[in-house]
Amino acid sequence: MIAIEGVTFTYDGVAEPVLRDVDLHIEEGELVVVTGPTGAGKSSLLGLVNGLVPHFTGGHLDGTVTVAGLLTQHHPPRELAATVGWVGQDPLAGFVTDTVEEELAYGMEQLGVDPQAMRRRVEETLDLLGIADLRARSLRSLSGGQQQRVAIGSVLTMNPPVLVLDEPTSALDPTSAEDVLATLARLVHDLGTTVVLAEHRLERVVPFADVLVYVGTDGTVTAGAPAPMLATSPVAPPIVDLGRLAGWEPLPLTVREARRSSKPLRKALADAPPPGPGSGTRPGEALLAARGVEVRYGPLHAVRDVDLELPAGTVTALMGRNGSGKSTLLWALQGSGARHGGDVRVGGSDPAGLSRKEARARIGLVPQTASDLLYLETVATECATADAEAEADAGTCAALLARLAGTIDATTNPRDLSEGQKLALVLAVQLTAAPRVVLLDEPTRGLDYTAKAELATMLRDLAHEGGAVLVATHDVEFVAEVADHAVVMAQGEVIASGDVQHVLASSPAFAPQVAKVLGPEWLTVRDVRLALERSDEAPA
Amino acid sequence: MPDRRARRDLHPGAWWVWALGLAVAASRTYDVVLLGLVVGVACLVVVARRPVAPWAMSFRLYLWLGALVIVIRVLFGVLLGGSSTGTVILDLPEVPLPSWANGIRILGPVTWESVQRSFAVGLQLAALIVCVGAANSLANPRRLLKSLPPALYEVGAAVVVALTLFPQLAESIGRVRRARRLRGDSGRNLRALRAIVIPVMEDALDRSMQLAASMDARGYGRRGTADQRTRVVTGALLLVGLLGVCVGVYATADLTAPRVLAAPMLVVGFGVAGVGFWLSGRKVGHTRYRPDPWLGWEWFTALCGVVAAVGFFFAYTLDPVTLGALVVAALPALLTPEPVSPYAALRTPATARTGQEVAA
Repeated sequence: MIAIEGVTFTYDGVAEPVLRDVDLHIEEGELVVVTGPTGAGKSSLLGLVNGLVPHFTGGHLDGTVTVAGLLTQHHPPRELAATVGWVGQDPLAGFVTDTVEEELAYGMEQLGVDPQAMRRRVEETLDLLGIADLRARSLRSLSGGQQQRVAIGSVLTMNPPVLVLDEPTSALDPTSAEDVLATLARLVHDLGTTVVLAEHRLERVVPFADVLVYVGTDGTVTAGAPAPMLATSPVAPPIVDLGRLAGWEPLPLTVREARRSSKPLRKALADAPPPGPGSGTRPGEALLAARGVEVRYGPLHAVRDVDLELPAGTVTALMGRNGSGKSTLLWALQGSGARHGGDVRVGGSDPAGLSRKEARARIGLVPQTASDLLYLETVATECATADAEAEADAGTCAALLARLAGTIDATTNPRDLSEGQKLALVLAVQLTAAPRVVLLDEPTRGLDYTAKAELATMLRDLAHEGGAVLVATHDVEFVAEVADHAVVMAQGEVIASGDVQHVLASSPAFAPQVAKVLGPEWLTVRDVRLALERSDEAPA
Repeated sequence: MPDRRARRDLHPGAWWVWALGLAVAASRTYDVVLLGLVVGVACLVVVARRPVAPWAMSFRLYLWLGALVIVIRVLFGVLLGGSSTGTVILDLPEVPLPSWANGIRILGPVTWESVQRSFAVGLQLAALIVCVGAANSLANPRRLLKSLPPALYEVGAAVVVALTLFPQLAESIGRVRRARRLRGDSGRNLRALRAIVIPVMEDALDRSMQLAASMDARGYGRRGTADQRTRVVTGALLLVGLLGVCVGVYATADLTAPRVLAAPMLVVGFGVAGVGFWLSGRKVGHTRYRPDPWLGWEWFTALCGVVAAVGFFFAYTLDPVTLGALVVAALPALLTPEPVSPYAALRTPATARTGQEVAA
């Protein structure tokens, strides 16, 4: 179906090729998952398939790409529209019209499909994706998962045999993500569509995948069946890590398979001491105490009567579906966002009543689009400005950054940093004012496993130094790694709050993979490893 | 006529014809009461038949703009003086001007009649603005663009993209400004401006690139590439046609021009331009999904506007004819089907969501 032969691709003005000697053959009806570190050329590989690379992006391409018998060199993306359906990273940014029905029809209008057939295919697609009740809705009023499904539908109406998606679930809560993936799996099974998708978080997609493609930082591409690929891959979902730790053969990819192989391990762990609550640090005094926080947008309660305490030395995770009021709550706590009721105390005073400078010296917030805070040309000037703004000693921010992200060339433009480095820079800027409470809004979006592990270390270090961290995220595995407490929100209210183990393990949507396999006491592979090591030592 | 209880959006063209008819009526009279009634009719229809949608919320802005126009017109009337005859209500000293500025007066006595006259002129302008505003609120601008002849497709697509970009720009400015406060920056100096402009521009550029990629991948610009010769011919036809229309309009307004240049020229101009549109439209390879139909209620609404305009050609004072014309113009408010509101959902749970997106 797709044949990529001897492809080396270099962007204009860049010395090193982003893809090197790629040979890849994808058969009809396969679901292919493309993974690899951020910035390694996953998006470029996807762009090759419908000719966006190099027709749209520019750059130099050697080798050939053939899709359904068409050479992409001779066919620009618009001519491949009926062959390859391409869905970009942010569905909202790719929408051309303003209602669901019109968006679904847009591609067909361009192809000149006859109005009768167009009407029929729109109806069929609405049913196929289960969005018939949304047909007349404005695209902006949809939730993230619905938008993603409309974006998929908008290319499906052209009946393409190949579907290419760039990180379709990275911005979605666990349930919406499952919906989108189930939709894709259905397309593969029922319609025989070939699906190629890029994904960071492998834990959910791997069970559906026929082929796993790994794009390395040096631009080399390796492909193969998921299980053998993951056995040696540096990026792997927790279930595979667990399988490697326990030495299961063949490596399980789904919770069901793992559960079947895990009997001996569960037996061994039954005697082992289960991990203590949190990371063992005793929670200190509450650095932030909020009572009855309310935020309204018109007649709607975005946040309703929320009580929250952030004790020193702990990391708290804030979870909930898209639009459940997490961001609004973070902004209200920081004092920069609207708050219509309730009381927030940080170090004895209400941050909303302080000047912005004083407030950020007590409580810092890293917003969802962290790059909104960056505007200068180099990392060095950005750090110097941060020092001046926070009235800190010169070099404070640079030192923090070095600690958070290692050495970053100070003359780099912040826009050229990787997502993880950008996040570290913004976090360093915010920490320059030395707040003891730090709030982060969806920091894991777009981060690969390595960057996520580094972020987890940063947050744990902040907590160890006596700070309090609140992190809003959809990433269950990240929460299991990093958090001591978890708070779940729905419709603006807190519906569950407490020790991370209780909150996560008791919920089917939020339980991490390890808990699903080994039972609610075990959240992470690290816990299991520690427990096994300890039980090994004990008898000796 | 179809069942009027069935909700549906009228063809945007129908609302524009109606509103332009009302505007023509307003342009025919200086009678303050009649102009007031025209504004009233426009307001009535807008309130009764506008959908719940962002574009429909702009009507209040047009009303404010109208009020501003009246105030400015009256102030200018006072400033530049009027006739010195009539009841003086405010005796301002006249600013002496050199003799070469003969005919221009600054200040001077303000008479009741001159104020009334400026008010009427201002009100007429305001009524025209309100009529355009009514059309803008009642008709979905995107659907209007979709009803353009196929030849204008590219222009329509560009305008649609621009229409999407503006709310996004506003959203991203709001987001970045909030983010600035997190850095403790409350400055209003040049640096603060830069700190907002750069991330916003970056965001806008990013989005445009993504939109362009998405449109390209979905087949935009795939067909409709006419060959060189056809393009030259259609271009020439359109240009000549437009020129003809311009000459025709001028001759109609200027009564001293030869009559052959008036109506006949208009007809010829429209004809030639029409052929040009048809020719270039024939080459366009795309189709339209569910174009707005033009049915009974569209005819009815458009006719109501035309009746209002024609009525004011028979009389332009308070008169049974003009009053009757205005009553007809108000009929769409009661009789036409109610609009569907794709944005109604925004009023319910998702309002909070969009609010949060701005916050995020």
